[in-house]
Amino acid sequence: MTDNGKNEQTAKKYEKYVKKVTPTHSLPLNMAKAFLVGGLICVLGQYILNTAETMGLGQEEAGSWCSLILIFLSVLLTGLNVYPKLAKFAGAGTLVPITGFANSVAAPAIEYQKEGQVFGIGCKIFTIAGPVILYGVLSSWILGVVYYVMQLWR
Amino acid sequence: MNERKGHQSISFGEEVYIISGASVVGKKEGEGPLGPCFDEVEKDPLAGAKTWEQAESTLQHRAAVRAIEKAGIKNTDLRMIFAGDLLAQCTASAYNLAQLDVPVYGLFGACSTMGEALSLAAMAVAGGFGEYVMALTSSHFASAEKEFRFPLAYGSQRPLSASWTVTGSGACVLAGEKSGARITGITTGKIVDFGLKDSLNMGACMAPAACDTICTNLQDFSRQPEDYDKIITGDLGSVGQQILFDLLEKQGYDIQRQHLDCGMLIFDDAVQDTHAGGSGCGCSAAVFTAYVLPKIVSGEWKRVLFLPTGALMSKVSFAEGQTVPGIAQAVVVEHVPQEN
Repeated sequence: MTDNGKNEQTAKKYEKYVKKVTPTHSLPLNMAKAFLVGGLICVLGQYILNTAETMGLGQEEAGSWCSLILIFLSVLLTGLNVYPKLAKFAGAGTLVPITGFANSVAAPAIEYQKEGQVFGIGCKIFTIAGPVILYGVLSSWILGVVYYVMQLWR
Repeated sequence: MNERKGHQSISFGEEVYIISGASVVGKKEGEGPLGPCFDEVEKDPLAGAKTWEQAESTLQHRAAVRAIEKAGIKNTDLRMIFAGDLLAQCTASAYNLAQLDVPVYGLFGACSTMGEALSLAAMAVAGGFGEYVMALTSSHFASAEKEFRFPLAYGSQRPLSASWTVTGSGACVLAGEKSGARITGITTGKIVDFGLKDSLNMGACMAPAACDTICTNLQDFSRQPEDYDKIITGDLGSVGQQILFDLLEKQGYDIQRQHLDCGMLIFDDAVQDTHAGGSGCGCSAAVFTAYVLPKIVSGEWKRVLFLPTGALMSKVSFAEGQTVPGIAQAVVVEHVPQEN
């Protein structure tokens, strides 16, 4: 009945047709949800930061405490299976803040714990976060070089 | 006499009956529209085991044992089992079948495996190679997510076209002795690849294969869709169903009145938030044994075309940017009136 999709043109045509009949999430609604939840997480972070500062910590130290507490909350909620439900609602609103990164590390740790401390957790804990770490380090290194060169020119 | 039909089908002259079917499913499936139909609903996602893979094995084992009991035979009466699951190297089947002490053929046909298992089991019985032969498959939501997607606790949004892997297992015992349901023919599916790469829209990847197998079946047996009371696909889901209707329309067939999809039957998306429907080789197996088979035996449906559909991708093929080819294996099951 077909050329089995080998023909690139028919493949493209089919892909276009599939796209047309496949329902998608409403983008404005998803953006609103992400804005709301992501915003709330950031408000919480700001609250922690301000509280820490009023308690007499310096800006840098207060910032560390803020990250630490947000990460702790995210890992706790991941363990209690609340974070995935929150993420289903909020999408990028929970993915982009530091809490999303913490979730992406905690989740594999829970899943692969059964495969052992070394080959399970050890090897697989960064399966999702790994690329972020690798390319995060790489891009900061590149920017470091750029910054260094700019310093020389001054 | 057994007869080859066309290039892909077989008509069984020798009598092949499904003498028993059994299903064991998880909690979510038990809460779905077909909840009361299943033989057993296991509330514990781990089914008392330590890992998801062992849990799936446990469900498969229980389905197999129940089907053997319902058939009124012993496990040693089985000449062979055709079994499969979704995990790499058929993990769930291997560890279940080690306990059963029966000769085994392990299969992989992704979510189409129940159709594959029933086809091969029917051929074995029709060919006189086994008195009692079992077809058995399973899937588990958590083990499949782990195998193909993300760790369970990872927060992400599933697209609306995504399906929900069914936690469950279904088993059938086939034999030459008479029962209310007879397998009269099969159509072996071809691998059909329309070039889609979206593994979260498996319905769209598999619909062309389902269309191909349905058309071939109708042509090989010189039938029209009306000759079937029901045409039941495995796990196309709501998106795949629409595509299947459109594709078949182009071939001049309309199956909208006959069509059912196991994935759409097992969950109620409005309440259970499963999106396009259920999937996995436990989906078609559990729905077939719990819902379809009893209706054939009772005579409510006289002739059914049952075709589980599979998306033949792997973690590696996905990572390497390959397309997702589809396959559909069709089995014709007919009602047999009881003689008094």
